[in-house]
Amino acid sequence: MFSLDLLLDAVVIGVLLGCFYGAVSLGLSVSFGLLDVPHVAHPAFLVLASYAVYFLNENYAVDPLVAGILITPVFFLFGLATYRLYYETFEKRGSDAGVRGIAFFFGVAFIIEVLIILQFGVDQRSVTADYIGKAWRLGDIRIPYRLLVAFAIATALTVLLTLYLSRTFMGRAIRAVAQDQEALRLMGTNPVKIKQWAFGIATAVLGIAGALLIIVAPVDPTLGRAYIGRTFCVVVMAGLGSMSGTLVAAIILGVAESIVLTMFGASWAPAISFAILLGILAVRPQGLFGRRP
Amino acid sequence: MSKKVSKPRSISRRRLLATAGAALAASPLGVDLLQAQQAPIRIGMSMPQTGGLAGGGKASLLGIEIWRDDVNAKGGLLGGRKVELVVYDDKSSAAETPAIYSKLIDVDKVDLLFAPYATVPTAPIMPMVKQRGLLLIGNFSFQVNSKIGHDMWFNNAPWGPPDSWAASFLDIGQKAGGKSMALLTADQEFAQNLAKTAREVAAKRTLPIVFDQAYPPNTVEFSSIIRALKATKPDIVYVASYPPDSAGILRAVNEIGVGDSVKVFGGGMVGLQFGAVMENMGSLLNGVVNYNSWLPEKSMYFEGTKEFFDKYTKRAVEAKVDPLGYYLAPFGYASGQLIEQAIKKVGSLDQKALAKYLRENTHNTIVGAIAFSPDGERKETAVLQAQFRGVVDKNMEQFRSSGKQVILFPENLKSGELVAPFEAARK
Amino acid sequence: MKRNGVAFWSGAAVFLAAVFAMTQVVGNQYPFFAGYVILQFIALAVAWSILGGYAGYVNFGTSAFFGVGVYTSVFLVSAFGAPLPLQILTGAAVGALMGFALGLLTLRMQGIYFSIATIALTIIIETTITNWRYVGGAAGIQIQRPAVTAPFDSYVQMLFFVQALLVVLAVAISRYIQNSWIGRGLQALRDDELAAECTGVPTLRLKLIACVISGALMCAVGAPAAMYLQYADPGSAFNLNYSVTTLAMSLIGGTAHWSGPIIGAIVLGTTQQFLTVTISSEVNVLVLGVMLVLFVVGAPEGIIGLVRKLRGNRKEGEA
Repeated sequence: MFSLDLLLDAVVIGVLLGCFYGAVSLGLSVSFGLLDVPHVAHPAFLVLASYAVYFLNENYAVDPLVAGILITPVFFLFGLATYRLYYETFEKRGSDAGVRGIAFFFGVAFIIEVLIILQFGVDQRSVTADYIGKAWRLGDIRIPYRLLVAFAIATALTVLLTLYLSRTFMGRAIRAVAQDQEALRLMGTNPVKIKQWAFGIATAVLGIAGALLIIVAPVDPTLGRAYIGRTFCVVVMAGLGSMSGTLVAAIILGVAESIVLTMFGASWAPAISFAILLGILAVRPQGLFGRRP
Repeated sequence: MSKKVSKPRSISRRRLLATAGAALAASPLGVDLLQAQQAPIRIGMSMPQTGGLAGGGKASLLGIEIWRDDVNAKGGLLGGRKVELVVYDDKSSAAETPAIYSKLIDVDKVDLLFAPYATVPTAPIMPMVKQRGLLLIGNFSFQVNSKIGHDMWFNNAPWGPPDSWAASFLDIGQKAGGKSMALLTADQEFAQNLAKTAREVAAKRTLPIVFDQAYPPNTVEFSSIIRALKATKPDIVYVASYPPDSAGILRAVNEIGVGDSVKVFGGGMVGLQFGAVMENMGSLLNGVVNYNSWLPEKSMYFEGTKEFFDKYTKRAVEAKVDPLGYYLAPFGYASGQLIEQAIKKVGSLDQKALAKYLRENTHNTIVGAIAFSPDGERKETAVLQAQFRGVVDKNMEQFRSSGKQVILFPENLKSGELVAPFEAARK
Repeated sequence: MKRNGVAFWSGAAVFLAAVFAMTQVVGNQYPFFAGYVILQFIALAVAWSILGGYAGYVNFGTSAFFGVGVYTSVFLVSAFGAPLPLQILTGAAVGALMGFALGLLTLRMQGIYFSIATIALTIIIETTITNWRYVGGAAGIQIQRPAVTAPFDSYVQMLFFVQALLVVLAVAISRYIQNSWIGRGLQALRDDELAAECTGVPTLRLKLIACVISGALMCAVGAPAAMYLQYADPGSAFNLNYSVTTLAMSLIGGTAHWSGPIIGAIVLGTTQQFLTVTISSEVNVLVLGVMLVLFVVGAPEGIIGLVRKLRGNRKEGEA
């Protein structure tokens, strides 16, 4: 069954799929990668964003991408509030935020899930746009436009975030806070404010990522659970805090998954991705592009 | 006492005594006669209201509730006893149902049991009801009784003999000139059971299987797997998938194409029966031949069917369930009808007598006549294979009219002919 | 310490006697079904805390251990018709091996990395079982219970008693660990692993011990679930709920003392069983979410912490 044609196809689709994984993981790469917040509710936030996009698309015929951009300010504020709550209850008190932080975000994720069910019911939802359901022909290969959208958004977000983190004052402060809080405090800046701002950005990115999620595939209220493993896998594999690393790790995951789906037993796909993760962690515990020695 | 008997809808005195006697003998509680007269008939069940099966579970439950209200509006059963439902959420999980059914049987002491929607939550309670000798009306589970062999199990689903499902789809494909088959299935319980029978039927007919892959749950992107399938140039593509994936597969098929070789595509795609999914998929559905249980074709209307859907359509909005409700809701109602007819004929709640009656007779319901074979499944399959035609985007109402899903199988319900090959049918 | 020991063991004996008496006296089956589930979660939460609480290594893979326990039984029953005690013992052995592997992981990974690795491990194991046709694969498998052994009337009553034994075993081990050098070592390692290692605490050995014991117990708890459900499918056996609920129970109760997870499991487990047969809707999940948030925010040390605080306040008031 092996053919070069299929392999090439699988790689192309895999790269695009990886971009999609990257886009939905970027926010986590900031909130968890840079800020060390064990944000297991990240996928739940993502699904919430998808439903917001769905709502705008269904009722006001807003293009899903536009809707995604429209909701980013709201999500930014939502992120600020979430971090504040998290900070007041955990970081401020110091000790052992780890386990309880995780439990806290699990709780938040469940609450969001139920609120979505109460509002929208349990059926899966999807959006309509011109670029959904059609494909671009490139010789023998056909590429769904949806995935090209994912590619475009993932690259744009990665570039923007990288630039933001390296070129702007606030961005540098965020990276500084991730590396050495004390130094920043000595310089007279309030690290909590900066972290809150960063968490806001991480959540705002989710607005667009949520739009992408519902563009690529239909969503249902409990979809977030399936993405806990995937998004954390990407971020950890990348090494905490590297934006471009996140994208690369996601692409590795996407290609691996796509090749297994196409060429070998499809049912083994999830095991392969996570085996890669375990392998990488065993060899390089700090991830592929990790900031820590 | 006399006051009760003189009520307009009451039955004759002799009949009453017989009934009461039977009820007294059958009742596990030994409830006294008077109480049995007034107490409601309680039917217990769990139903998935959260988790993956919730969409189906809620629609199914609404169907059963409509039956309850109808039967109570007619004055109840056994001389004025109202029907009451005791329903718990099983979270779509097998781990919850044993405790729930024990509560229903031992604490709530319900009179009759219905099974939850779907196989996974039902499987763990089968040994329990068998051991206790209780009647159980099944709800769309697949082959849960094959190993248990409980003789008081009756499945409301139209499945029939296990291989008939795959057989009917392969019949359609082979008649259209299909000489090879591709099998694309979800790596989950229901789909794998379907795949197993499909392989067996194909082997019996020496139909080569050129592609056989099980994709894992939560697969996001189907482009690459569809591409691999296309490369094997199959004539018949049998797909057994779950709701989130069905949409993803059809999208990928639309984008990538499955090639000109394919005569028929579909068969066992769960999800394409639900209104919200069909509305979302719109024109992508065209050409797909898929299974269903009920469709608004002329051949499918029986006594009470139209009235049922009038009520369902109104109540579905409020209950936030599938606005169409073709797949499960009428069968929920039919479960009620089965029990209603049996109780009326037997004249008591004696489980053995009810089971005997259900086993030996043919029952008319809003989904047609139902007769059971010894294993408690339908004697003959009534699983429809229907082809989507002329479906447009973003329109729920279109699915209410006939002709959008043309029934190809079974013969007696047929409402049109197959359009093949698949690529031609999609236009 | 000695007096405590006497109190503990007489408490355990009374508990077991009460459970046994209940199986002989109570005819209604429901308490056994519901009670079995609650006992199962107590044992899971206690087992989880040995690693997650004492050592501070957050294991997300409770469902992996539980599921492997279930499937060990499924395999033994379909292959040899093995009896229940053998299922549980084999489950414990397999769990110990898994725990050992997990312990080796802790060599390279700490904190959240370790947690992510346990998620990865869970998915890999679940996928393997899903592809293993002999135990039913994705399609699931129905298994038949053998006849019940005297003095029990029904199999569920027996399972209830067996699970009670497992609870006592888990609690006794957990209590022993807390009061022994292992517990103190784990405590040190949890506070600062590097410092502990520098002061000569054998961290690797301690972590391996904790992982092996915790894993063996969780698998042993999963083993009888196959007979309880008489059905197994990967989706149910490896359900994420087991991981989350176990973690939630430990935190709600408090992880500082061996009794914390017990209290948490009783509180949350009973609430869940109660809600299932009362409110019974998505509100059920909402309650779990709200309870989690409220407890981690309002009672950071769990119920144990709350009680200690109240006691402390009272003492101060008296003084």
